[in-house]
This record gives sequence, structure tokens and C-alpha cells, in this order.
Amino acid sequence: MDPARARRSSWLNDQRVRGLVYQTLLIAGIAALAGSAIYNAVINMRARGIPMGFGFWNDVAGFDINLHLINYSNLSTYGRAFWVGLLNTVLIGVICIPLATLLGFVIGVARLSPNWLLSRFALVYTSLMRNTPLLLLLLFWYNAVLKSLPGPRQSISVGGVVFLNNRGLYLPMPVARESIVWFVGAVLTAVALAIGFRAWARRRQDRTGAQSPSALVAVALIGGLPALVIATSGAPFVFDIAQLSGFNLKGGLQIVPEMAALVFGLVTFTAAFIAEIVRAGVLALPFGQSEAAGALGLHRGLSMRLVVIPQAMRLITPPLTSQYLNIVKNSSLAVFIGYPDLVQIFAGTVLNQTQAAVQVMAITMAVYLVVSLTVALALNTFNTRYALKGQ
Amino acid sequence: MDSLAYVREASEPEEAPPMLSRGLLAWARTNLFSSIGSTLITLGCIALVGYSLPQLVAWAMTHAIWSASDGAACRQHQDGACWAFVIAKWDYLRFGSYPVAERWRVDVVEAIGAALIVWLLWINAPQRGWGAFLFFVVYPILALILLRGSSWLGLPIVDTQLWGGIFVSLLTAVVGIVFSLPLGVLLALGRRSTLPAVRLASVMFIEFVRGVPFITILFMANNLLPLFVPERWTPDRLLRPLAGIIMFSAAYMAEEVRGGLQSLGRGQYEAAMALGLKYAPMTALVILPQALTLVIPGIVNNFIGLFMDTTLISVVGATDFLEAMNNAIKDPVWAGPTIMVTGYVFAGIFYFVFCFGMARYSAHIERVLAKGRK
Repeated sequence: MDPARARRSSWLNDQRVRGLVYQTLLIAGIAALAGSAIYNAVINMRARGIPMGFGFWNDVAGFDINLHLINYSNLSTYGRAFWVGLLNTVLIGVICIPLATLLGFVIGVARLSPNWLLSRFALVYTSLMRNTPLLLLLLFWYNAVLKSLPGPRQSISVGGVVFLNNRGLYLPMPVARESIVWFVGAVLTAVALAIGFRAWARRRQDRTGAQSPSALVAVALIGGLPALVIATSGAPFVFDIAQLSGFNLKGGLQIVPEMAALVFGLVTFTAAFIAEIVRAGVLALPFGQSEAAGALGLHRGLSMRLVVIPQAMRLITPPLTSQYLNIVKNSSLAVFIGYPDLVQIFAGTVLNQTQAAVQVMAITMAVYLVVSLTVALALNTFNTRYALKGQ
Repeated sequence: MDSLAYVREASEPEEAPPMLSRGLLAWARTNLFSSIGSTLITLGCIALVGYSLPQLVAWAMTHAIWSASDGAACRQHQDGACWAFVIAKWDYLRFGSYPVAERWRVDVVEAIGAALIVWLLWINAPQRGWGAFLFFVVYPILALILLRGSSWLGLPIVDTQLWGGIFVSLLTAVVGIVFSLPLGVLLALGRRSTLPAVRLASVMFIEFVRGVPFITILFMANNLLPLFVPERWTPDRLLRPLAGIIMFSAAYMAEEVRGGLQSLGRGQYEAAMALGLKYAPMTALVILPQALTLVIPGIVNNFIGLFMDTTLISVVGATDFLEAMNNAIKDPVWAGPTIMVTGYVFAGIFYFVFCFGMARYSAHIERVLAKGRK
């Protein structure tokens, strides 16, 4: 090589060399940090007699959990307790996500209402919820409202069917009878027929322009067919209603106050954020869309349902999904009011009993990470599929 | 021939516009009673306000107990709030168990902090660079010395176990922002770096922290941090949740800053490079000043979230404002059926005023910035 050319710039200024050096330094730094953390952890854990492996998983837990979807007793293992907690977290998510979506959309649409008062009401609601800590809401509902209700003997009763006291909300529990098979069959047939009729009506409208009352037909089918079955073969289930026996209510479907407070708090809190997302998504749409819908003669409700919301969904879906993730993550505030979710059972009780902090925290965080990353992946797929072409 | 022409010389007096097209009545017609449904909704809303507002006012104002030395009066009058309880507990709610004689130190730190924050948030303030230097470098050191004490300066040491109340909530939030903002900027730059190892490390940290609940980060900071360091360095009980909140908040800050970095056009980078600036001066002098200004609203919104999240630090034994309120509510001297609701409502008002104020500020800045970019 020409020596003059080689001297022009030193290899110290070569971008690639520098990049390699920086990256090596970073990796070495992280490795040193991780190494010293592991080294110290091993020393400290030995000194304090903390178990190193995952052997505790099959040990007897020895504590009770008042809400379990799978069989569990205080003789079950820590591993079983983990699954109970995980399922309880999932339960909260499954209950809260549809409710929060529904409430959020209702409030979001109310916020956009041409009625000034209604829109102000929605604004006050969203401002209040978005500027108050969730924990405060949960504590308020749990301590100040639900726990301050009268005892079982002075339960607040709605028509002698639903009871509310400081031990929870008691709903009638449906208990299936033999004729349930016919009932379920009737419902499924009715739904299938309604969908079929709707598809036929759609095609006919596309072809001839003639409209059919598919909503009315669906209501008649889904209401009528099961009613017919009930009339011929009797009620598909009977309701088990809670009854006072001694100092407590027995029977019925008991929703413990911890769960009621958590669901209520999470739903009302998240709905405010969802309402804002809906509002922003709808407002981001060019106004011409709703004007065009109006020019076609659609009234406000129809134009919202058929024109505006479907288009706004493209903008709404990503932040909406992150709100769903927030519901799952925020359900960990259950710790504060004693609802037995994953964090309360596993990162709380199991950690304290076994002292295996590193393993327990790793498992707990891994669960949330898996959920978050899966949802993020699904969202990316959604975005690439539904992104506006040509933009 | 006489022409019979009529030329009008003065115009007719103007008629008032139709009653229903201007003014209050017209506004009410379009905004409140435009249809039967709308009218029903309006009447429903008015009925709701008419029913609940008087009760609320009665509970909070006219029937409330404003001064009492213990809970007896509040137990007697259960139809109103017991503000006397909040007034009596005010010092505890502000300072926790911080020694009474030393509380002026907290006041001083809070006053300096407030002044510096105003300096930084006032967008046309002079010398904001100096303000940033004072806030992010000098202030934390000063605050640590003042709050913790130093035998060298003759200030008695106050153990962090005694810290509590509003002061700890503010401290946690400010520590969160002071340390997480620089860290977040580094992470955001790392995430956009061309070096794969740097990018991977940043992405992994950010996605890990954002993927788990804040409570698990707090548990981790509380239970694992002491294991990861040699025993003689075991971190202070309050330092652990602070470390957790810095880590948590840095990841969210990084995403906020990344948004700002992404919204800058390529031209800014290219122009800086054309001037011969290397990476560090280009980032410090051209890119970050623009990107950070753009994301001020986002940072403030993040701070609101951070401030509300500080309520969770009580799960690892720190006494923030909400926990102080919980403790105050349990005081048997004041025990009564109205105490708990009063306490929580007051806490709600406190957080609302704080967060709503910041949210308004953030919206205002957003408008100012939008104007400048048009």
C-alpha cells in the first residue's frame, strides 16, 4: 500500500475498530457485573442457608389459599400453589379485560357525544381516574367500602336473591339439570341459524339491494328456540341461592371482597385509559369520514358503528393491547388487599417461607415476561397485516 | 312627466336574530336538546348532579368536622367528613417520623427542589442548562447531605427508617426522575446504536423491565439486591426501592426519548456530520437538545405515572404518603366510621391536584411546541 495513504488516518480512528472496542468493553462490563453478582449471591446464600436449587417446588406448602380454581389444600406442594396463583391472575385478566373494554368504549363514545353535558361527565370521569393512583382506588373500595359493609346477619339483600356483606357478594349459582343438554343444543342451533340467515341476507342485499331484518330474526331465534325447549323439557338449571346458616351465608356463588375490589378497581381505572385511547383514535380519523357517512344518511350511531370505529380500530388496537397488558401487570397490586394472585402467593408467601428469593423471583418475572412478549409478538403481526397499504 | 319613483334612503331597523339560532338558547338546543335521546341524557345528567352534589357538599363542607382534638366529635357526627383528623395528622403525613427538631431540613430541600423544577419547566427561563446541571448533579448531593445529616457539618444523622409521608413520596419521584432520565437517554441512544451488542443490551434491559409489573421489580430490589452485593455493602432499606424505581422508570423514559429521537429528521444527523462533528458532540449539541425538548410532555406524563407508582413502595416497608395515611387511620385515638373515607378522599385529592396540574402543564407545552413546529 502507498505509505502516504496509510498514514492519512490511524487505525485508532477506524469506525469498525472503535465499534469492536466499545462493544467488547460493554460485554466485559456486563459480564463482570453479572459475575460478581453471582459470586456474591452464592456466598451470601450459603452463609444464610438459603436453598440453591428448585427442590422446594415439591415440598409441602402448609398454607391455605381461600380462592383456588384447581384442587388445593395446605398439604399441597409449592408447585401447586404456583399454579393456583397463576390461574387466579389469569382469572382476573379474563374477567377484567372484557369489562374494561366495554366500559372504556362506552365512556370514550360518551366523551365524543354531541351532548355537552354527557361529554363533560365522561371528561370528569377520565380525569379523575387517570390522576388517582390505582392503589388508592383499590384500598378505598376494599377497606372503606367492601370491608365496612354489615356482617352476614345484616346482609344487604336484593330481592332475597343477591346478598352483599363484608364477606363478599353472593350471587345465585346456576346448577345444571339433565335437560341442560337440550338447552345448550337449542342455543347453539339458534346461533348457527342466525349467523346463516345473516350471511344469506348480506348476499341478498349485495345482489338485489333488498334488506332483511336479520337482527330481529336473530333475536327471535336465540330467544325463541331455547324458550321452546324450556317449555317442553323444563328449566335447564336451578339456581342455588345463598342462605343464612348460623353466622354465615351458605351456598350460592360467593365472590370474595378481595376479588370484587380488585375487579372493580382495575375495570374502572383501566376503562378511563381505554376511553382516552378510543377518543384519540376516533379524532385522528379525518372528519370527512363521518361527514361522508352522514351524507349517505347514516345517523350518528350507525356511522360510529359502521364507518368510524372500524377504521379507528387500526389506531386503537396497539395502545389497547398495551392496556390489556397493564391489566395483567396491575393485577399484581392484589398483594395490597390480599387477593391470592401469582405475586401474592408465590413472590409473597412462598418466597418468605422458602427464602429461595432468586428462584422465586426468576419464575414470577418469567411468567409476566412470557405473557408480555407473546402479546407484543402478536401485536407486531397484527400491525404488519392491517397497516394501511401505500403509506 | 312626473316620475313616480321611490328610493329608499334608510334601511329598515335590523331584526333581532331568531331566538333559536344565537345565544344561550341556541347553544342549549344544539348541545343539550338536539334530539329526544339527547334531551333524555341531559335530564338524566342534571338529575344525577342535582341528587348527588348537595349530598357531596354537605358531606365535605357543611356537615364536616373541621376542628377537634380527638375522634369523639367525629364519632358523634357520622354524616360528614372528619377533616380535623387530617389537620391533626398533617405533620405526620408530611414528614413521617422524621425528628421534629430536624424537619426544617426537609422544608429546605423541598423549597430548593421546587425552585429548580420551576426553572427547568419554565420553557423560556434563562440559563436552563445551568438549571439542569444544578438539578441533576448538585441538588441530589445537597439533598442527601441535608436529609440524611452529616456529623462533619454538625447535622445529626436521621435514619431512613424514620423518613416518611409526602416528603418520601416526593423524594422517591424526584430521585426516580433525576437518575432515570440520564439513564433513559443512554438506553435510548443505545437502542438506536449501530453496534449490535450495545443495541441488544439496551433492548433486553428495556423490554425486560417493561414486561414485568413494578411490584416484582420492587420485590427484586428488596430481596435480591442484598444477595448480589457483599454483605458489608447491604443497601439501606429505603435505598432498595429507590434502586428499583430508577431501574423501572429508566426503561419507560428510554422509550419516551426514543420517540423523540425517531421524530427528528435524518437531515439533522447529516447536517451535523457535514459540519465535521463526531458522534459525541453531534449527540450532545445537535440531537439531544432537539429530541429532549420534543419529549418534555412525554417525560412529564411519565413523571405523573412515576408519582402514582411511588404508592407501591410501601410493599417493601417504606412509608410513603399513602402508607402514612394508612398508619394514621389506624390510630385508636381517632378511630371512627368516617375516618377511613376521609383519609382516602384527602389522599385522592392530594394525588389528583398534583397529577392533574402536571398533566395540564404537559398539555400546555405540547401546544406551545406544536405552534413552533408549524
